[in-house]
This record gives sequence, C-alpha cells and structure tokens, in this order.
Amino acid sequence: MLTTLAPIAVRAARTSASRQALRSVSRFLSKSTVRHEAQLNSLSTFTDEEQMLRDSVRRFAQDVVGPKVREMDENESMDPTIIKGLFEQGLMGIETSPEFGGAGMGFTSAVIAIEELAKVDPSVSVLCDVHNTLVNTIFRTRGTKAQQEKYLPLLSEGKLGSFCLSEPASGSDAFALQTKAVKNGNKWVINGSKMWITNSYEAEIFLVLANVDFSKGYKGITCFIVEKDMGVKIAKKEQKLGIRASSTCTLAFDDVEVPEENIMGGEAAIGQGYKIAIEILNEGRIGIAGQMIGLAQGVFDKAVPYTYERKQFGKPIGEFQGMQFQIADVATEIEAARLLTYNAARRKEEGKSFVKEAAMAKYFSSVVAQRAAGSAIEWCGGVGFTRETGIEKYWRDSKIGAIYEGTSNIQLQTIAKLLQKEYEA
Amino acid sequence: MRPSPRSLIRILVPVKRCVDYAVKIRVNAQQTGIDTNVKHSMNPFDEIAVEEAVRLRQKFTSKIEQVTAISIGTAKSQETLRTALAMGADTALHVEVPESGSETLEPLSVAKVLRAVVAKKGPFDLVILGKQAIDDDYGQTGQMLAGLLGWGQATYASGVELDLDKGWADVTREVDEGSELVRVRLPAVITTDLRLNQPRYASLPNIMKAKKKPLEKLTPQDLGVDITPQLEILKVEEPKKRVGGQKVKDVDELVEKLKEAGVLPGV
Ligand SMILES: Cc1cc2nc3c(=O)[nH]c(=O)nc-3n(C[C@H](O)[C@H](O)[C@H](O)COP(=O)(O)OP(=O)(O)OC[C@H]3O[C@@H](n4cnc5c(N)ncnc54)[C@H](O)[C@@H]3O)c2cc1C
Repeated sequence: MLTTLAPIAVRAARTSASRQALRSVSRFLSKSTVRHEAQLNSLSTFTDEEQMLRDSVRRFAQDVVGPKVREMDENESMDPTIIKGLFEQGLMGIETSPEFGGAGMGFTSAVIAIEELAKVDPSVSVLCDVHNTLVNTIFRTRGTKAQQEKYLPLLSEGKLGSFCLSEPASGSDAFALQTKAVKNGNKWVINGSKMWITNSYEAEIFLVLANVDFSKGYKGITCFIVEKDMGVKIAKKEQKLGIRASSTCTLAFDDVEVPEENIMGGEAAIGQGYKIAIEILNEGRIGIAGQMIGLAQGVFDKAVPYTYERKQFGKPIGEFQGMQFQIADVATEIEAARLLTYNAARRKEEGKSFVKEAAMAKYFSSVVAQRAAGSAIEWCGGVGFTRETGIEKYWRDSKIGAIYEGTSNIQLQTIAKLLQKEYEA
Repeated sequence: MRPSPRSLIRILVPVKRCVDYAVKIRVNAQQTGIDTNVKHSMNPFDEIAVEEAVRLRQKFTSKIEQVTAISIGTAKSQETLRTALAMGADTALHVEVPESGSETLEPLSVAKVLRAVVAKKGPFDLVILGKQAIDDDYGQTGQMLAGLLGWGQATYASGVELDLDKGWADVTREVDEGSELVRVRLPAVITTDLRLNQPRYASLPNIMKAKKKPLEKLTPQDLGVDITPQLEILKVEEPKKRVGGQKVKDVDELVEKLKEAGVLPGV
C-alpha cells in the first residue's frame, strides 16, 4: 500500500511546490524588469561566437566543399584537400581546449558546424561529426592526461579519427562484439574485425572496442587507442547508396599489438568500454540529428526557389495550393526537428538529462530529412530526379540517418524505456 | 616635406556592416530606404581590405605593429568588428552612431570620422578600405579621406606590393586599357578591388580569440566630428520590372521580330 501511494504523494507534493514556486516567480516577474525576461531565450538564440562560427562554416561549405560535392559522390571518395581545409579551419577540434590545439567551443557549436556542413554535403558533415563528437570527446572526457596531451593535438591538427564498435555479427546488439584483446607482456594483442567504420579509409587514429574477458560479458569490453601503423588493415571499402564520399570500411585486426598505456582511461578503465560507448553514442546522436536537419534544410533551400521559377499552366508551380501546402508542411517539420535537436544540444551543454531528447531528435530528424529530400525531388519533377542538380543525392544521403549511431528502432526503444521509467508506478 | 615613415607602421581598416550580399534587396513600404530587417555581414570589399592588411602584417611581422579595424555604425557594427578581429585584426574601434543616424550616414561624414581617428587614435601609416560598400555603392570614402588627410591614394587595387624600407607601395589597378601600376608613398590610402585577394574564413580558434581582443568604443562627438547629412534622400524605388524576353529559333525569326518592333532601320 505504502509503496503504491508513495509516488502519488511525491507527485502531489512536487506539484504544489512547483505551483508555489510559479506563483512567486510570476509575482517577482511582474515587479521586475525586462532584464529577467531576456534570459528566457528561444532556441534560435545563439551566442556571438556561435553565430560567427555558423557564418564561417557556411561559407567554407559553400565555397570550398560545394564545387566538389558531385565529383566526390561520383568517385565515392573524399577529396583530401577538404579534410585539410577542415583541419585548417579549426573544425576538427571544435570542443578541444586551446591548450591542445582546439577551439575550446561548446557542444552546440559542434552541432552548428555539423548542420552547416550537411546543408552542402552530408558526407563531409559526418566526417567532421564522428571525428569531433565521438573520437575527440572520448579523449577529452575519458583519456588520461598523457593520452590527451599526446593525441588531442594530433586530432586537432591533422590526423583523422575513427570509432570502431560495430562488427559483422554485432550491429544493434553492439555489446555482442567478438573482437578480443589479450595481454602479452606490456602489450595488448587485438584480433577480430570491425565493420562499417566511418572515416576509416583516411583515418590514422582508431578507437577500438574489444573484449578482454568474455567470461564477464559486456563488462569485459575495453576501449583501445590504436594507431594506423600498429597494423590496422582495411579489408574492404564499401560501396554505398548515400554519403558515398564518406569512407566506410571493414577493418581487419590480425595480432595488432597495442602498448598497454593505450587503454583509453588507463588500467583502471579496463572493462569500461561499454560505458564509454553508451555515453558517447547518447550524445553523438545529437550530432547526427544536426546532420539530418542540415541535410533537410540544404535540399529545401535548393528545391524551393525552383518552384517559383518553373512555370506550368501559366504560373509558378510553387503557387499552386497543392504545392504550397506541401512546402509549408515540410518547412514546419524541419523547424520542429531543429528545435528538438538544439534543445537536446542545449540540455547536454547545461548538464541536464538529455538521453531521451537526443534519441527523439535523432529519430525525428532522420524521418524529416528523408521526407524533405523525397518531397524536394517531387517538387522539381524531372529536374529533381536527374543527378545534375544534386537534389536526388540528398535523398540517398538521408537514408543513413535511420541507421547509424543506433537505428530508428533502437532510438524508439531508448525513448520507450525512459518513458516506462517515468510512468511506471 | 612628407613625414618619413616610422620604423613600425600601423594599418587602419574601416569595415562596414551591410545587408548580406546574398539577400534579395527590398524597398521599404515608406520608400525611404531598404528593408534592413535581414541578414547582415561585412561589406565584401572590406573583407578583402582586412585580408590584405592581415596578409601584410604576416609578411612584415617585424615592421607592421598592428592592424586596427574600425566601424562607424550602430551597436550591431560590433559584430562586424568581431569578424575583422577573427580574421586577424589586432584591435578594433567602434564609433557608435544611433539607429536613426546610421541610415543617413554618408561618405563625407565617414571620411571625416576616419580623418579624426587617424589624427587622434593614430599614428596610422596606411588606410586600406573597400572601393565601395555594396549597399549604397557610393565609392567615394577612400578618395575623400585621402583628400582630407592630404595623403596619396591608390584606388581599385588588384595588387599591393609594399616596400617598407623605401616607404612606398606599388599598387596594380585594373583599368579599361589593362593594368596600371602606380607607386604611392606612405602614409597613403588604398582602396581594394574584387580581385585583390580571396579573403579567409575565420577559423574557429580565431573566432574564440577575437572575443578577447580589445574593442574601444567612441562616438563622433568624442572625435569632434559632425555627421549631420548633407544629402537628403527623397525617395527610393524598386527598378522597373523587366518585361520577359522571348526566345527565337533562328536568325530569320530574329530579323522578323526586330522588323516588327521597328528597330531595324531602312526596312
Ligand atoms: C554508412 C555507415 C557508417 C557507419 N559508421 C560506423 C562507425 O563509424 N562505427 C561503428 O561502430 N559503426 C558504424 N556503422 C554501423 C551502424 O552503427 C550499424 O549499422 C547499426 O548500428 C545497425 O546495425 P546493423 O547494420 O547490424 O543492423 P541490425 O542490428 O542487424 O538491424 C537490422 C534491422 O533490425 C532492427 N532491429 C535490430 N534489433 C532490434 C530490436 N531489438 N528491436 C527492434 N528492431 C531491431 C533494426 O532497427 C534494423 O531495422 C555504420 C553503418 C553505416 C551503414
């Protein structure tokens, strides 16, 4: 009896407490001035630095990336000058502190950069995303002092990073991974293979999750810092539907020897790999949401002007109500996805809980991206379907949003689990 | 006698906050100006000026002491100054004019403010500014400033070679007949043309550093300059809508149409 009633009592107490708080706030507000209200910012309020970063990345994307997009897509390869350009712009150490060669900006800044790059090319965007929100962040939050001093400057200045979790037999069920690491003297020897690894064709620094003790199940999973020349081999470069300029490879680890100081977080972090992976993917998702809203906005910006230029039946096609309403609908969805994304990013930055919000943002943004890109093709008719305008590419690229960093089903599962926690008696 | 150039020189770069070049300009309802409630950014010619100054500073590290960006405008001009600082300017000066005064700010007033800044906040040895701002398209400020200061000027620069030992700049100008090379002694005013350089995008670390660079605030009154406009804008109108053309399939049809329009003589 007591146990079932307790939550209700708590809830009741909470409600009345917050009512009181609300009342005193409104009393306070009515007396005080605009200064306090000004702190209630909309989600489209950004700091001066964030705004400057957006402008700068936008121009870099349009001027430097833009002319190469089609060629890179057709060749299925990333132009090395673009990677170099990203490093030069400081886009590969967004949150890394200046002490280690980074820009020292916040998480929202990273999302802004990812969004702006995706407007022009989602492939370049994911390269920057994985490097920053997964690889750099793990070093920043989990690395030992020595690991940070050694690797963060390299990652800010010129060496690309990869995050290696998935394997042929473990995708959604990531912790069933089979790659193993065995201690031999003062080295660890890694054997196994990793699949669908972003950036891996160009990368020089790999974070590899391997199990050191299968008897402990997922609690044997450990994160290793592996450098390319320790023996990481590319077994196969995938050919894909979308984000074709972004490399995705199968990697083979055959007796790859890693020095013992390369356990991420040091000796004490043996068996912590699953935690590192869960936590990083929880926030990394917000980056993918950023990529998807950028993609959606990018294709929208390309297609909509065309609907006011193209005339049929004596008037611009964008002026037919059937088109107007579709365009308005997609614009609304993009706005909603953007708010979910930036809300999740700000929550993360403010130290609030964000896992549910991040999953919602990633799930919904990928739906919106695909719908926006699909609609854009239809709005432009034959022109949208042909490769020359680059509109169809956004649609191909959009499909990945529902797959990596947790499929849409996995996002829904995460949301549902958290909802159950909230609502279960 | 001209003052001989000092061993360490300082460059002043005026930058203007303009409606962004990608924005479609619309005349406001009162027909007094344009709708300014749109995205703004640094005048593209001024970006080229900042870039040139920063490159010169990087080239002559031991001889150029500092690059100062200056903007005359509303409080929002500070965003433009931050951009200049993020591109590599060392310090910034903001001469604030109220919202109402900013729309009627004209080249002569700007040139007078700049002259006062050179006199009171200097010494400056070189002023590099855009040849024009893309909003009003006056293209006068640099020339007026050179006149007010009594300095030499090299306008519409597409190449700048500075020789600080000799104390002059060789400036290439693209003119109708080809390119012209002029030599101007410092102190001087240079205005930039489109092909002078390709401005950089501010890098992220530099955006963060810009926050910590000094930005000094002044008013025209502080400088003793009267910015009351000399010009009155009577009316601003959209250009007449172009009536759509027509495509012809061959020369015969073209001649036919020209005849119809009565523009071919003698037929
Ligand atoms: C282009 C690309 C880049 C990638 N980059 C990386 C990378 O850099 N690093 C990395 O480690 N991995 C990467 N991945 C791997 C990616 O994270 C996995 O593909 C993803 O986790 C899904 O795993 P899977 O492909 O094995 O699909 P599966 O897990 O086999 O899923 C197939 C389908 O089954 C559904 N499903 C699975 N389990 C459940 C369940 N419990 N309930 C309901 N539905 C379920 C899924 O939602 C999906 O629809 C990348 C993948 C691609 C395609």
